[in-house]
Amino acid sequence: MRLTFIASEVWQGLRRNISMALAVVIVTFVSLGFLGSAALLQMQVANLKSNWLSKVEVSVFLCPEASNRANCASGPVTTAQQDAIQQVLTTGAVGDLVKQPIYYESKEEAYDYLVAHDKDGYFSQSLTADDMQPVLRVKLKDPEQFQVVADATQNLEGVDVVVDQRDIFKTLFLVLNRATLIAAVLAAVMLLAAVMLITTTIRLSALSRRRETTIMRMVGSSKTMIQLPFMLEGAIAATLGAVLSIVGLWLTVHYLVEDWLASQFKTVDYISASDVLSVAPLMVLIAVGLSAIASLVTLGKYTSA
Amino acid sequence: MIRFEYVTKIYMRGARPALEDVDVTLERGDFAFLVGASGSGKSTFLKLVLREERPTSGHIHVAGRDLGRLASWRVPTLRREIGAVFQDFRLLPNKTVYENVAFALQVIGKGKRQIENTVPETLDLVGLGGKEKRMPHELSGGEQQRVAIARAFVNHPPILLCDEPTGNLDPATSVGIMRLLDRINRTGTTVLMATHDENIVDQMRKRVIELRDGRVVRDQVQGVYGLETV
Repeated sequence: MRLTFIASEVWQGLRRNISMALAVVIVTFVSLGFLGSAALLQMQVANLKSNWLSKVEVSVFLCPEASNRANCASGPVTTAQQDAIQQVLTTGAVGDLVKQPIYYESKEEAYDYLVAHDKDGYFSQSLTADDMQPVLRVKLKDPEQFQVVADATQNLEGVDVVVDQRDIFKTLFLVLNRATLIAAVLAAVMLLAAVMLITTTIRLSALSRRRETTIMRMVGSSKTMIQLPFMLEGAIAATLGAVLSIVGLWLTVHYLVEDWLASQFKTVDYISASDVLSVAPLMVLIAVGLSAIASLVTLGKYTSA
Repeated sequence: MIRFEYVTKIYMRGARPALEDVDVTLERGDFAFLVGASGSGKSTFLKLVLREERPTSGHIHVAGRDLGRLASWRVPTLRREIGAVFQDFRLLPNKTVYENVAFALQVIGKGKRQIENTVPETLDLVGLGGKEKRMPHELSGGEQQRVAIARAFVNHPPILLCDEPTGNLDPATSVGIMRLLDRINRTGTTVLMATHDENIVDQMRKRVIELRDGRVVRDQVQGVYGLETV
């Protein structure tokens, strides 16, 4: 009896305030959409990091024929200098950070690589192997430790310059992180709007049924019985919004990322539709939490004794 | 059943008290009129009984409860012991007569079977048998007030509070309502009725408690509206 009564009250309330209820659905849909996007973007960033950073190398360029750097004053790198550099990279504290063995790329190998990848032949015709410089390709166990390796090697005799390939990705990660931040800020603003809208909806609903709630108080209905229908109205509308945004994100990831993006740029691991489902419970929880906050703020005032 | 011990109610600090030193007792089965001009404190008295307001000083006991010690989450249980009837009926316009009365039982969690048994019985008692499916706007004022009384009494509370129940009704209809309240009183229900209606008070010859400026100026066992004090 109680359950059917509450259910019918909720249904009547939603029907009577249908436009407000729809507004709540839409606002939660958009706000949780932004929030979910932010979470998924961060998941993608984490994916990319674990994907790429394990592949990137630190390149220790050795002195070529002509370089005006102080380390290269004595001319091209000598075998003794090269041995000393390798010694630093393979032993001691630095050696522990480096994945062994270190790959040595000679001038000739560098030139061959250039020829192979220079389809127009522009560079390979004007340059010779002697214009290239030998490189030590160093992989790190922890890519974040670049600075330690750079500090240990860049002042050694025979080292021209030390380059971290991670720099190439820095901009990309910066863009992705900024995008996450923007999505998160928009989500926060929209969530605030959602709370205020749910508050207004519950208030309107409570006001439009003041006659009922007055009688309920008069005849000794419990606080729960009086307030529950309003709480449920807000919660149902908000949850509906959350479900919509989950469906929206799922469709976006499924068709845009899994089907299209993954076929365009195959080198990367993308987030999948199942990642959307892993953030889904959190989104529903937030929606219910929002409406609970709104109920707490509103209902005391409009239905209490 | 209702006991006020030196109750004073001041709404705003510094303002004149709405009730002052009121010391009144109603026993089980009493029927009393609460009379007095507008602003004399009748409504405040009823609100204090329902614990919509709390006294500034003094103690109130209703249906065996000390209202000063009653936790706010227990207030609904107090109100289940009190039926309340108002001048403006306060019916739900979109519900039938039956639904209006059943509503009072639904919202305190009564079972379906109990509702199906009690509601028709109560509608018979107030003389509305056969009009269960009417909407409030299809009824006369007197009939609407009977629905309101049925709703207040359907849970068989030991106390019935009536705030100007005949205020919107013509004299003939009012007499019918008073007969009904008298019948309910005879079942052992304590009835406290705030009213302006001289004729009714004079006819009924029941106990009269008169308030003036928040003070009890008369408490007479078989009183009339205002004759003795003029």
